[in-house]
Amino acid sequence: MNLFQYVRPAEQKTAIAAVAAEPTARFLGGGTNLLDLMKRHIMQPEKLVDVTRLPLKGITQQGNIIRIGALTRNTEIAEDKTILQNLPLLAMAINAGASAQIRNMATTGGNLLQRTRCPYFYDTAMPCNKREPGTGCGALEGFNRMHAIFGFSDKCIAVNPSDMNVALRALDATVVVNGPKGERKIPIADFHRLPGDTPEKDTNLDKNELITAVTIPISPFSKNAYYLKVRDRNSYAFALVSVAAALNMDGNTIKEARLAMGGVAHKPWRLTDAETFLKSKTATEENFQQAAQIAFQGAKAFKHNQYKLKLGPNTIVQALSVASGLKSV
Amino acid sequence: MNEQEPFCPNESRRSFLKKSTVITAVALTPAAAINAANNHWDEHIAAAIENVSLSVEINGTRHTMDIDPRTSLLDLLRENLHLTGTKKGCDYGQCGACTVHVNGERVLSCLTLAATTDGSKVTTIEGLANGDELHPMQAAFIKHDGFQCGYCTPGQIMSAVACIREGHASSRDQIREYMSGNICRCGAYPNIVDAIEEVQKGGQKV
Repeated sequence: MNLFQYVRPAEQKTAIAAVAAEPTARFLGGGTNLLDLMKRHIMQPEKLVDVTRLPLKGITQQGNIIRIGALTRNTEIAEDKTILQNLPLLAMAINAGASAQIRNMATTGGNLLQRTRCPYFYDTAMPCNKREPGTGCGALEGFNRMHAIFGFSDKCIAVNPSDMNVALRALDATVVVNGPKGERKIPIADFHRLPGDTPEKDTNLDKNELITAVTIPISPFSKNAYYLKVRDRNSYAFALVSVAAALNMDGNTIKEARLAMGGVAHKPWRLTDAETFLKSKTATEENFQQAAQIAFQGAKAFKHNQYKLKLGPNTIVQALSVASGLKSV
Repeated sequence: MNEQEPFCPNESRRSFLKKSTVITAVALTPAAAINAANNHWDEHIAAAIENVSLSVEINGTRHTMDIDPRTSLLDLLRENLHLTGTKKGCDYGQCGACTVHVNGERVLSCLTLAATTDGSKVTTIEGLANGDELHPMQAAFIKHDGFQCGYCTPGQIMSAVACIREGHASSRDQIREYMSGNICRCGAYPNIVDAIEEVQKGGQKV
């Protein structure tokens, strides 16, 4: 690891100024992704600004909005009574990710900012436009079993590995950030980016901006929600595909549906066309299969991830079947 | 956790170093010092400026020292304090061999910067037994043959104790799920689950 300066300011303003003062400075949260990348010389900040003791922890409810402080650890969210009661989908998604140790360390802000990445990003002997812009993409013609089927470019076909982000996308979260120019709110849909010609940028957060909170509206989806993650082993592995399904039901009729996927794109992927189709439909396997076909229009696979074109729709159907109560887990 | 102890580098020491003749040659700013170190010009100079002061309680004993900010909690334990019970497996957060408790919660010491534990209480495998009397989880691992080569065992045991304390050991499936961050290359998993299940059912204080 290259040498860096470590500072731990007591105030948010000082922390933001400390990052703004150095071109390569970074905020340090749980460090579970950043330190890993620093050890491999993939990220080489010259200054780390430890924000973990800033007063940005905790979960509060104001009216119809739940606010999660950016430094709230993943475990705290997954076990919080307010979350379990109102947003069980979020707890399910978080518990499907990483390991108990990593969930104890990882912060909400840090999880949002974990790098969209693939094995070629880690392999410094291979080209990667995300790691070194302009060098090419090793995965395009390489071993691309884990890679994207939606929204990719010829510059990058990596997927965002976060489970939490998929639930936040389905639940229409907002990311609250603070920076040298003041506070702003970024809808989750606009927070992460597609790779386009600049895969080195995962998000639309400015370098000097600090995530301070995530807000989520309490939805009528809480009772009929399910997060289904399919992976190579039963626990502690990235998704091959995952589906966050949430339904607002009136008896057997779907008033409104929310669907998002992980493991398929550079950002958490919302399935709006399928949601529109499901509105006012009856919860039947036939309707769910049709929704899944609609969701996968435009999906395109590479040499080694053809299986996702079948696994994806099947996972959507299964997630919807469990969420609606049509099937048990 | 000690919430309110900001750490900022010792400005007077830095000012002093800036003025010293050895250093004027590299037109010293913090960034320049780091560049100097990264280019191996004079790592000692840069390190002296950028060291971090740390006071941390490990297994009941307080340690106060200055450390290189790059030091992971794992390296602090093993290299600086010679507490070699905590093992370095992958060093990238994938295997769980380095699991310790910080303020009562299990974390990966390889991905924890030691500097971030300032003011915290750390428990390692060395802090689990009561003198010569093994912790119930240690005894259960021996009884059930919860290991073969033993390299992952300290991490498994620290994780297993936390697993019960968290209330995540109510069934074999739940134990497997909440122990998934600890990899055992020898494949002692069934016996590890047996050990945890027995301690959990025994109701002893862990």
